Amino acid sequence: MGDSQYSFSLTTFSPSGKLVQIEHALTAVGSGQTSLGIKASNGVVIATEKKLPSILVDEESVQKIQHLTPNIGVVYSGMGPDFRVLVRKSRKQAEQYNRLYKEPIPVTQLVRETATVMQEFTQSGGVRPFGVSLLVAGYDDKGPQLYQVDPSGSYFSWKASAMGKNVSNAKTFLEKRYTEDMELDDAIHTAILTLKEGFEGEISSKNIEIGKIGADKVFRVLTPAEIDDYLAEVE
Amino acid sequence: MSIFEYNGSAVVAMGGKNCFAIASDRRLGVQLQTIATDFQRISKIHDRVFIGLSGLATDVQTLYQRLVFRHKLYQLREERDMKPETFASLVSAILYEKRFGPYLCQPVIAGLGEDDKPFICTMDSIGAKELAKDFVVSGTASESLYGACEAMYKPDMEAEELFETISQALLSSVDRDCLSGWGGHVYVVTPTEIKERILKGRMD
Repeated sequence: MGDSQYSFSLTTFSPSGKLVQIEHALTAVGSGQTSLGIKASNGVVIATEKKLPSILVDEESVQKIQHLTPNIGVVYSGMGPDFRVLVRKSRKQAEQYNRLYKEPIPVTQLVRETATVMQEFTQSGGVRPFGVSLLVAGYDDKGPQLYQVDPSGSYFSWKASAMGKNVSNAKTFLEKRYTEDMELDDAIHTAILTLKEGFEGEISSKNIEIGKIGADKVFRVLTPAEIDDYLAEVE
Repeated sequence: MSIFEYNGSAVVAMGGKNCFAIASDRRLGVQLQTIATDFQRISKIHDRVFIGLSGLATDVQTLYQRLVFRHKLYQLREERDMKPETFASLVSAILYEKRFGPYLCQPVIAGLGEDDKPFICTMDSIGAKELAKDFVVSGTASESLYGACEAMYKPDMEAEELFETISQALLSSVDRDCLSGWGGHVYVVTPTEIKERILKGRMD
C-alpha cells in the first residue's frame, strides 16, 4: 500500500510513548453513534443507534449491523466507510478458513485476524488506522461470545460493552443491570433500555438496529416489526 | 514403472466400534532392491488422529513434516486439537496446492471424531477425498488389500478383533506384492489408549 514517496508509516510514536494517530482514531470512534453489546447465558445481542442525517434518507437501505458469517455478526461505532472495508476483509478471511478446513471459523480466530488487519494499518506505509471500533457477536462451540476490537488492533472479550458517544453513561447503566444468568430476551430489553438512556429524541424501530444470535447459532438482524414488539414490551 | 511404485508401500485403515486401526508395511525399496525394513509410514498427528502415507518415500517424509507443522500452529492458535475431518480437509487443500507438480503420495487418514466415532478416509495425490465407514487402502498392494479387507471385514469390531483382522488383511496382501512387505506396523487406537504393534511376516 502507498507508493514509494509514502512508504513510511504515518503512525509514529510520540515522546510520551503514545501512538497519537490511534488516540485520534479512538476520538473518532468516541464521537460516533452509540452501539452496545450484551452477552447472555444463551446468546448475544448487539444494538446501535441509527440516526440518519435527514428524514429523506431511505432508512431501510442503511444496514449498520452486518453478518461476517452465518453465526457471527458485527456492529461498529465510528466511520461507516472504514467499517465497510473491515467487514469485507473479515468476510474473506472467514471464508478462506472455511474453504481450508471445511469448518466454520471460531469467533476468537476471526476476531484475532480482524484485529491483526487493524494493527497492520497502524504500522504500514502510507495508510492510516481505521476509525472504527467493532463489537463482534458470535455463537460457536465455545458458546456465546462478545468481543470488542479497537483501532489499535487490541481486542477484549466482554460480558457487556458500549462504544461511541454515550459510552460512559451506557457502561454505567450496563454495570448496574447486567447479571450473569441473563437470558437473551432479557438482554435485548436491557440493550434497548441502555440505548434509550442517552437517546436524543423518540426511540423507534426506525432509528435503532438490533442483531441477535441464540443457541441456534444463526445471527439475525431484527426486522422493524420485531423491534416494535420489544419496544412495546419495554414500555 | 510408475513413480508411485518406486519405493513400494501398503497402508490400510479400518473402523471399529469406537476405535480404529491403521497399519502399514515396513519395506523401503529402490525399485527391486530392499534398502530398509523399518520405514515409518504411519505417523501420529495427535492422540486421536493418525496419518499413513504411501507412495514416494521422500514425499511421504516431507508431507508429514509439513502437516505436523500446520497442526502444531493450529494447536497453538486455536488451543485445541484438530478434528479428523478438519485434518482431512487440510491435507486435501495442501495436496491440491501442488496440483500441477504434486506430492507423489496417497494419504490414509484415521481418527476418532466427536463421541469417539471412528473416521477414516483416503485421497489421491491431488487431494480427492474418499470417505468410508469400513476400510480404506493405499499403496502398491492396494488391489490385494481391497480384496482381503472386503473378505475379512465385519462392522463394529472391538479393538482386539480389529487388530487381528487388519493384521491378517495386511500380511496376506503384501505377500502378493513384491514391492511391499518385510513386516507390518499396526496402531490400534481407542479413546483410552494407543496400542502399537510390530508384525512379523514373510521377510521377502
